Amino acid sequence: MIRFPVFDVQTEGGSVDQAIDALIAPVTNLVQQVILFPLPIPGSEANLPFVVVWLVVAAVLFTFYFRFINLRGLAQGFRLVRGDFNDPRAAGEVTHFQALATALSGTVGLGNIAGVAIAVSVGGPGAIIWMMLAGFLGMSSKFVECTLGVKYRSINRDGSVAGGPMWYLSRGLADRGPGLARLGKFCAVLFAIFCIGGSFGGANMFQSNQSFQQFVGVTGGADSWFADKGWLFGLILAFFVALVIIGGIRSIARVTSKIVPVMAGIYISAGLVIIAVHIEQVPSAFSLMLSSAMGISSVAGGALGVLAIGFQRAAFSSEAGIGSAAIAHSAVRTDEPVSEGLVALYEPFVDTIVVCAITGLVIVISGAYVADSGMGGVELTSQAFGSVIGWFPYVLAIAVILFAYSTMLAWAYYGQQCFAFLFGDSRAVAATYKVLFLIFIVIGASMQLGAVIGFSDAMILAMAFPNLLGIYFLLPTVRRELDKYMEKVKAGTLPIFRQ
Amino acid sequence: MSELYLVGLDGSDASQRALAEAERQAKLSNAALIVSYVIPWSPFTFSTPEENANRHQRREEELSRASECVLKPEQQRLIGEGLETGIEVRHGHPARTLVQLAKENDADMIIIGATGDRPLKTRIIGGTAAAVIHIAPCPVLVVP
Repeated sequence: MIRFPVFDVQTEGGSVDQAIDALIAPVTNLVQQVILFPLPIPGSEANLPFVVVWLVVAAVLFTFYFRFINLRGLAQGFRLVRGDFNDPRAAGEVTHFQALATALSGTVGLGNIAGVAIAVSVGGPGAIIWMMLAGFLGMSSKFVECTLGVKYRSINRDGSVAGGPMWYLSRGLADRGPGLARLGKFCAVLFAIFCIGGSFGGANMFQSNQSFQQFVGVTGGADSWFADKGWLFGLILAFFVALVIIGGIRSIARVTSKIVPVMAGIYISAGLVIIAVHIEQVPSAFSLMLSSAMGISSVAGGALGVLAIGFQRAAFSSEAGIGSAAIAHSAVRTDEPVSEGLVALYEPFVDTIVVCAITGLVIVISGAYVADSGMGGVELTSQAFGSVIGWFPYVLAIAVILFAYSTMLAWAYYGQQCFAFLFGDSRAVAATYKVLFLIFIVIGASMQLGAVIGFSDAMILAMAFPNLLGIYFLLPTVRRELDKYMEKVKAGTLPIFRQ
Repeated sequence: MSELYLVGLDGSDASQRALAEAERQAKLSNAALIVSYVIPWSPFTFSTPEENANRHQRREEELSRASECVLKPEQQRLIGEGLETGIEVRHGHPARTLVQLAKENDADMIIIGATGDRPLKTRIIGGTAAAVIHIAPCPVLVVP
């Protein structure tokens, strides 16, 4: 049996690690206390971090403000992804499908596969239901972000497209008056800082740290020759990342971007096979999930406690409201910003709702979560799959490392865009960022990161504050765009090119 | 009205022979030529964010390289030979795009090389030439 010590963040380790931890712990604690400020839930021992409330409130508001766009936009979104509106004269440009696939390969990863397992092990099977609901609400947040990302994108001097929250916050709010222009600029800068922090932390050090743990696990655990050579693993990983981001070796990036969807496909099919094998257990598994979601037999005390856990994991899983995906979606070729928003609905749909339902059902059916093993994260998912398909843990280990690699590549790009936004769009600035990024990979793999990981997670979640704050002021703009677009859809005046 | 032949170039030797044959045919029947180049591309591929950001730029480069380096020199030469010659560059599925071009221009014949693709691909899933023959709206001349 392979061990997946994914979330064992140990605090012992070398003296260097301890020194670093001690040095930055006060800062990280402060940041964490503000961003993850735990709001106590009445009648339960569970807490709800403030940022999760912030994300969920926004998602609910957007869902109502856009009159359930997460349901009524799905049909049109599907036609857009399928290519019904792809103009053959624009062949060779970025299509809706490509933009969606690119954004997905940045979000699919540890957050989704491990997230469900953590939710189940902490909050019981009911957390899955709440996680799916949060994913559903998050679709509305993605819609708004990605519509704005395309609407306010800008073109760099080298002709490449630059988009994302830093652009829609600064440009979008500037459109709405001089007072808001200052707020927009402030939000944009704050977002860029948090995004750079997140790209070094949760999307870099955390990923390289976790893939190293996976690697050690597969190659023999504590006896592995690699066990105490994290720096070497980090260097190798940094080398492969450097090939793509500095060497510009696009073939590797291209191979990765093809392997990741294949891996995701294998994961989903394996889950479906397991569910099909135990099809007679599905109704009872669902009823267990539902009753546990209502708090009838939940672990962390009361329905609200389960809800809190589910919503929190969903925030990590879909990144809806965080703003990161808007950067990837902005490169699409379209004259209608809303069209990319509708396509983006499918992102939380796939990475949170579908993956959660499948992973959750497998975990519940296999009963892996009941076995009081103290497991959480990928380890639990792996055991649940392994109980039916014996060799699957090996595949999962490879998948996790590849997902981590593609997440790093995607975030290296996000971070670089934000770095360029702050310090200017020049070769020297880009090179500085890339070198920093590579250094953090090595640090991430070679140290037992306690405080650093908490800090970097907080940085990613913190992106939601400036992002959503600015978006509230831009809602009327999005609504106007949406109404105009939906009228065209109804009237059938959008050019359709599919034969 | 004179006939119009569509030639597909892809940088392979066979496509050069197809062009030579097209030139011969055109001279015989006093036909006009369209020399085309299809850059293989699919709307359903997976790419990185960086590639996407630069895609528009790269597309322009690809189009201009194909037309400046490959098509325009041939066009000059053929016009010098007294043949009426147009050029077309497109992104897309090679066979489908060639057929699309033939339809758009109302071509009377498509002239292509037999072995532009890698041999293994041709063996297993069939080459571009075979696909064109299946869906073409007009006669197809395949040059070995």
